[in-house]
Amino acid sequence: MTAAVALQDREVAVDEEGYLVNLSDWNEDVAKTMAADDSIALTDNHWEVINFLREYYAEYQVAPAIRVLTKAIGKKLGPEKGNSKYLYELFPYGPAKQACRYAGLPKPTGCI
Amino acid sequence: MSDTQANEGGDRKVKRFMFVNRKAPYGTIYALEALEVVLIGAAFDQDVSLVFADDGVYQLKKGQQTKGIGQKNFSPTYRALEDYDIEKLYVERESLQARGLSPDDLLVPVRVLGSAELSVLMDEQDVLLSF
Repeated sequence: MTAAVALQDREVAVDEEGYLVNLSDWNEDVAKTMAADDSIALTDNHWEVINFLREYYAEYQVAPAIRVLTKAIGKKLGPEKGNSKYLYELFPYGPAKQACRYAGLPKPTGCI
Repeated sequence: MSDTQANEGGDRKVKRFMFVNRKAPYGTIYALEALEVVLIGAAFDQDVSLVFADDGVYQLKKGQQTKGIGQKNFSPTYRALEDYDIEKLYVERESLQARGLSPDDLLVPVRVLGSAELSVLMDEQDVLLSF
């Protein structure tokens, strides 16, 4: 028995921690719905991180651990964004875990 | 661990961990498991190195196509090791040559060492894990 996230027109299966079972089920509505379920409205700043994660996964087939995410964001978007404080403000449940979930990726490798 | 950037106990002794990969990337779970252990372990800031020997050298081969066997091609992840500050990758020269491969055939920059040099390195490790 798997859980599901209810979108307007369909349901997508997620695992017991809320990560997509089939990564190909993802679209922006999935991210918005997951965020809304956490009472978060996604801003451009959120999307910047989500899109970054999706690109990272497409390139390396791995969801980066928080330390790696922070460093890589800093390299790409600048030091004012590549730090824990900024990322935790956007994703209070843990930037790597929560943002990866919204991005439709598996739970980051390196999160025990 | 997870989302904390824990750095307490920074004065603790750093151990030298070497992961020895000897098996082909698919057909068994060893290669993928070793890679995951390495990525998870990277959070502990130890001195980590990877060795690829025997059929393990195929793990780093460029151009892997896994559609036919219905498995995920995880080889791009070796290119992310650098982001995890894991930069000591050694490949055994004899294994590479026996399979007609050269460093140009590999996904990531590596140091090619003869088995005698590798055995010296292995001797210097605190922990040696074989996959």
